[in-house]
Order: sequence, then C-alpha cells, then structure tokens
Amino acid sequence: MSNRRDFMGMALGGFTALGGIGALYAMKRTWDPLPSVKAAGFTTIDLKDAQENVLVTEKWRGKPIFILKQSKEMVEKAKKSDELKRLIKIGDEYYMVAVGLCTHLGCIPGYDSGKQSFLCACHGGQYDSTAMVTKAPPPRGLDIPPFRIDGTKIVLGEEGPEYKKMLADGITMKV
Amino acid sequence: MAHFEKANSINEWLDQRIGINTIKRVMQTEYWIPKNINFLWAMGMVLAATFGLLLVSGIFLLMYYQPNTELAFDSVNYTIMTEVGYGWLWRHIHGVGASVVFLVIYIHMFTGIYYGSYKRGRELIWISGMLLFVLFSAEAFSGYMLPWGQMSYWAGMVITNLFSGGSLHADGLVEWIRGDYVPGQAFLGRFFMLHVLLMPLAIIGAIVFHFGTLRIPHVNNQDGEEIDFEESARLWKEGKRAESKVIPFSPVFLSKDVFVMGVYFILFFYLVFYHFEFAMDPVNFDPADGLKTPTHIYPEWYFLWSYEILRPFPTDPGLVAFGIAQVIFFLLPFLDRSPNVAPASRRGLFNFWFWALLIDMIVLTFMGKLPPEGIWSTIGLVAAITFFVLWIALPIITKLEKKL
Amino acid sequence: MNKELKILGVVAAFTLILYWGVEPFAHSQMHKHVEGHGLVYDGTADIEEASKDKKEAKKKFWAEVKEIAKLKGDPVAGEATYAMCAGCHNENATNMGGVTPPSLEHAGAIYDKNFLIALIKDPAMATNVDHKYPNGTDAHPMGSVKGMVNTPQDIANVVAYLKAKKAGEVTPKEAFKEACSRCHANRYGKLTQLGEIPKTKPNIKTGQDIEKIEYDKKVAIEQNALADYLGKLPPDLSIIYRARSEHFLETFIENPQSQLPGTAMPRTGLNHEGMEKVMAYLEETGDPSAPARALAGPWVLGFFLIFTILAYLWKQSQWRDLH
Repeated sequence: MSNRRDFMGMALGGFTALGGIGALYAMKRTWDPLPSVKAAGFTTIDLKDAQENVLVTEKWRGKPIFILKQSKEMVEKAKKSDELKRLIKIGDEYYMVAVGLCTHLGCIPGYDSGKQSFLCACHGGQYDSTAMVTKAPPPRGLDIPPFRIDGTKIVLGEEGPEYKKMLADGITMKV
Repeated sequence: MAHFEKANSINEWLDQRIGINTIKRVMQTEYWIPKNINFLWAMGMVLAATFGLLLVSGIFLLMYYQPNTELAFDSVNYTIMTEVGYGWLWRHIHGVGASVVFLVIYIHMFTGIYYGSYKRGRELIWISGMLLFVLFSAEAFSGYMLPWGQMSYWAGMVITNLFSGGSLHADGLVEWIRGDYVPGQAFLGRFFMLHVLLMPLAIIGAIVFHFGTLRIPHVNNQDGEEIDFEESARLWKEGKRAESKVIPFSPVFLSKDVFVMGVYFILFFYLVFYHFEFAMDPVNFDPADGLKTPTHIYPEWYFLWSYEILRPFPTDPGLVAFGIAQVIFFLLPFLDRSPNVAPASRRGLFNFWFWALLIDMIVLTFMGKLPPEGIWSTIGLVAAITFFVLWIALPIITKLEKKL
Repeated sequence: MNKELKILGVVAAFTLILYWGVEPFAHSQMHKHVEGHGLVYDGTADIEEASKDKKEAKKKFWAEVKEIAKLKGDPVAGEATYAMCAGCHNENATNMGGVTPPSLEHAGAIYDKNFLIALIKDPAMATNVDHKYPNGTDAHPMGSVKGMVNTPQDIANVVAYLKAKKAGEVTPKEAFKEACSRCHANRYGKLTQLGEIPKTKPNIKTGQDIEKIEYDKKVAIEQNALADYLGKLPPDLSIIYRARSEHFLETFIENPQSQLPGTAMPRTGLNHEGMEKVMAYLEETGDPSAPARALAGPWVLGFFLIFTILAYLWKQSQWRDLH
C-alpha cells in the first residue's frame, strides 16, 4: 500500500484526532471542582471576641486557619524585627491570620502560648508569633489566605486591598 | 536467553521482543474477510464502539454517582446533570447508548439468523453471542436500578419477585437476592457492584471469547458460500485483488466499518442531543417511593417481548414459558436441522419462519408496553403462543428443507 | 449498492415501526389526551366535570364572577381594602389551617383577573376543591375572606389594586415562589416551603450546625401540617419538568382535577405570563443543561458529518480496484 493511496486514511485519522481532543476537553472539565465546592470557598470570621495570645482555629476550604490576636509585647517584637507587615490591623488591634499548615510538608504546627511560638512535630520546624519561620526545614512563614476586612470581621476567600499589598510585597504566596 | 541482533528501527525492536508484526498479520493485514458482504457485517464493530462509549461515559458517571438510597437520585439528577462539567453529556450518552446497543444487538442477531451464520462450525460464535446478550441484559437491568427512581424501584421489586417461582413460594430466595425484605440499600449496593465491576469484566471476557470463536470458521458471506480462504489469500497476496474473494480486515474491511460507524454516530448523537426521552423514561424522574406504585410500570423496550411472554399465562405456566423463551435462542444451531448455509430468501419455508418470528417479536414488544387489558391482552396471548409454535415448528420445517 | 440501500430500507422501516409502537402509540393508549382551556377561567371545565348536584351552584357562581368582572374597580379604594388581606399575606406569615399564605407581591402580574375575582368571592369554588368541603366552603383556610371582602364592588376594587400596584416585573423564581412554593419545595433551587434555604456554618469544634437543625425542624413541622391538611405532602418539583410532559404540566396547573380527579391541589389561576414564568423556572431546575445541549449539539453532529464524508472517501480509495 503506497502512502499516496492512504492519504485519505491519514486525513481521516487526523480529523478523528481533533474529535479526540474535544472529548478529552470534556473529560477534563468533568474533573473540575464543582460550582458548589468553589462557592463554599468563602468564610466570614468575626474577630471581635478574640483574646490575646490565645490561638483560635477556624476552617476555610477544608484547611485549618490560625488566628492569633497579638499582645502589646508581640506587637513591639514584630515592630523591631520588621514583621508588622505580616499582621492584619483592625482598629488598634493586630491579628496574625494564616493557613495552619506547615509550609514544609503540610502538617499542622502546635502553638505554645508560653514560648509564644509554633512548633511543627513532623520535622521540627518553628515559627514566631507572626508565623514567620524561625527554624528550618520550612522554607517560608505560614501562608496568609486571601482576605477582605469588613468592620471587625474578615471574609476569607475574597481579596481586599490589604491582602493585595501583602502579595505585592512578597509577604505571602497565593494560597 | 534467545539470541537478539541489533534492531534497525523501533518496529524491529518491538517485533524482536513481542512479535508485533506477527500480531499485525494475524489480527489485521492477513485476517481474511469475504468481499461478498453488506453493511450489516459492520454491526459487530458498531456494537464494540457503542460498548466503548458506554464504558467511557460510565467511568465519568462513576466519579460522581453515590450508591446510597438517600443520595443516588440527586447525585444523578442534580450533581451530574447540573454541577458536573459535561455531566449531562455523559449521562445522555450512557442512557441513549444503553438503549441503542440493544437495537444493534437485535439487528446483529437477526442478521446472523437470516444468513445462517450459526451453522456448520459457527455454533460457538452464535452461543457466545447469545451469552453476550444475556450478560448485556443483566448489565442493563442492574444499571437501571442505579438512579433509584420509581421505575428503578418497582422494576427491581417485580423482577426479583419472579424468583419466588410462583407456586414454589421461594420467598427466602427472593429475600436473599435482595439482601432485605424489599429493594433497599443492600439491593442497590449489590446491583452497583454487578453493574460497575462484575458484569463489565464478564462482558469483556465474553467479547474476547466471541472474537476467538470467529477466527477459525471465519466470517460468513451474503451467499453462505464456503470460501477457500487459503486460495483467496494467495490470490490477494499475489496482487490479484479483483479476483480474490477476500479482503484483509485492516485496512480494507475496517474502512467500510468506519464509514458505517460514521453514519451510525450521526444518528446516535442526534438522539443524544435532541431525542432521548425513549431512553430516559419520565417515570424514572420521580424519586423511588416504596409506598406508591406508578400507574404504568414497564421494562425498557428491549425486554418487552420477553415480558409479554410472561404476562398472558397464569403464574406458573407463565414462569415456565418465560424461562424457555430466555434459553431457546441458544438452541438455534441444534434446532435447525437443514444442512444449508444460505440467506433465508433461498431456504423456502425457513424464509417464512424468519419473517414470522421477527414480526411476532415486534407484536410481543408492542403488547408488552400496553396495559394488559381488552384486545391488547388477547393479541399478546396469541403472539406468545405463536412464538412457541414457531420454535416447535423449526426442526420440522428445516428437516424438510431441500438441500441447496 | 442498490442491494445495500434496500437492506438499509428494511432495517430502518422495522426500527421506525418498533419505535412508533413502543413510544407514541403506547403512550397515547396509556394517557388519554386532556384538552386545556387556554388559561380562560370562566368555570367551563368546572361545570363540565361537576357531579349533577353541584352543577347548578357552579353555574351560578361563575355567572356572578362574570358580573363582577364587568364592574370598574377603583385601585385606591382597593388599597384600603387590601389592608385586610395583608393581615395574613405578609412577610411574617405563619401556617394557618395547614398552609402558610403566599406572598401577593406580583399577584396582579401572574394571576388571571377572573380567577382573582372568583378567589376572593369563594376560594374553594374558585380553586375547584369545593368537593373537599362537604359541609360548606367557609371551612377553607381562606374561607374567612368571604366575610371580609364581600360586596362585588369591594372585590372589583381589590383586584384593580392588585393589577395596578402588585404587577411589576416578575422573575421565574419569584413566580414559582408566590404561586407554588408554599406547598411544593424545590430542593434543586434551594427552596423549601419556608423560602430560601439559609447559609449556615457548623460549630468548628463539634461539627454541629444548630442553625441548620433549627431551620430543618421548622420545615419539618410545616411539611407535617401541609400533609395533614392536604392528605399527603405535595411532591418536590425540582425535576418535575422531566417527569411529566409540558402539556401535562400546563393542563394540570390550569385545572388539577382534569388530570387527577379528586386531587387536593387547588387551581392556581395563573395567566399566560404567570404560566410562562413558572414553566421557565421548572425548566431551570429540571433541565438546566438544555442551553448547553443546544450549543454543543450542532458542533458534534457537524463533526460526525465531516467524519463520515472522510470515512466514505477513505473507504472508496480502499475498495476502488477490488470489484
């Protein structure tokens, strides 16, 4: 069978492949997260009853979220080590809000309110009270989720101007 | 270890290790098919393609279907139909495919009966094909349970009740099949297992066996002629293609197959997008309710002829008749006593027998759908009796057939 | 070639005959055709279906409705009278006698004028469920309206008010909520008999969602009251669009008794706009992939058309010198 004769066969094969690509696209879309999953990706948290140095854990998109209201000395410490920009300011109060998953391999670090630091039991990584990394192996501080400030509340999942600035300054990566 | 030379191409490298060139010759370029065929010979590949569509669409449905009586209905009709990207497409393909596959199975079956493709060396092709019919029927029935609509529930109730055996009152058996007193979670779970794993594996095995039984006898032809495949193959390989009575499966037979499949897909997808109610009955869009039987329950169209053989007789004779009707087709190669392998048009009374059977099964199908009242039940009874008369007559008719 | 076309013809003929018998023919035998009345509410159907002893009363009733319809209604006077209706038909409506009074926010837009007149005059007669009240239609949950708005002019005024002030733009969802959802939930549309399902958050420590539990309890109590009043819980209409034909739904909504004699479902009195909007909402929740199907269909069919043409050309090239 000469190649010339099988030109039609090749044309058919090529055209069929196009259809195959269409089918693969439909299959890919079937794997996409469902609209109800994406819509559930917004959580509103009211910070007004938070207490200083008491870790609060919330849930957003299935992940734990750490909220730590900063005490006066924590704020002073943060100012000195230029870490104030990691915190969220609401009124006169400062809060650390971060995804409670170690940036090394994803375990949940534990908080020691005495030492005012986080320790990850899996491989010994440590973070300070602004969730900045202080001991390896984590490569960076805890990630900060997208947020928008609404009075004393924050809406996780929406991107407010404060969050956009944190992204631009390289304080966190997109979660 | 066998001796291996350096290969000069990827093809040669593979051929040295797994013999792909031999495989190619045996399964494709030197698998000889008679030239004297028509488009009905493509129905086998059309079935394989439809089964493929059912498998693929089934895989994506499986990602989101919940086999739980509380969640099943909405997992299909809300999650898959509304939320999942192209979920509606897989569901429509799967539903329409499940119905159309039986149309093609019946065309394929009756083609075989018409041309005598079940005789003289081809008995196992026929029997393995009938086995596939039974397996597909089980697959279709188990699949229909899954959306857990009104029809799913009540079809499940009625069909499992058949196993009580009428006067035998084998209620224990019925409960064992259901795993419960009525169709419920246990019932749904086991039919899910059958539909998604066991039946598909059995079907794939049976398809391989079906192809295997074809290889030695070779495919039949429109005249039932006994072809000397060695001779024709030789002619073909010598380049005398017009004189040869055969063609290679690939690419020549395949090219005709693919064209027929193209026409088929246009019709198939027309149904998928624009005309699917026949395959997705409205009654099954009511969630299952064990306390309310729908006014009209009926099986899917492809089971109606069988259903109508059950209905017109009293319970026990009806069950016996139904049982016989399920297996009688298997016996065709042995009930046909004539030596002729030829199209029915040349076989005298057998031709009459063929068309009578076809029309009788269509009448049974109609009556199976209609409410069993008045003139419909009378016609149904006559058609059911005719069915058995035809099968009893077959050995007599064919014994008297003149040798061609 | 001719032979193959003949064979194709035979196969196609038998297939089409099979389809005809199993689908259109069988369904015509199973479901007798019911005629609609073009959404005209003048009692024709009611009088026709009524038992002998009820026919006279119905003729009289609908004749009186016709008379009231001829009156010129004053919307300003009607607004004052409407205050009595708003006593039950308001945002804080509670269950009265089995059902919670629906909102009338768009009543002027979606309901027929004659029906509204009839409804205020005698709710049970207007909705064709008077056979459920053998001891008199005052027992209907809305029966008390007969004492509150009873002169023909009063009725004409209120209806004029509704048509003037409660007849703004209405969305399909609003039409469904007002005309249907006090009895029929629509879970795919996130609607219960008490309205939209609120978004709630579970307690993160326990996973318990008290707000949801309390809402579900309220819905359950409402559903029990409805089922007691009507005899059974009206079905969820999420996917009714695929469970019944459009013709069935329209004739059923226009006059439930015509399709299910003896049913407890009252006539809703929808006019053409109301029917259109309600059907649009039912299609939204019951057949949401319809637009996507319409979009993708031509492309897929077009693809296979070209595929078949190319396949035919390939087949020709393969078979050319074989005959």
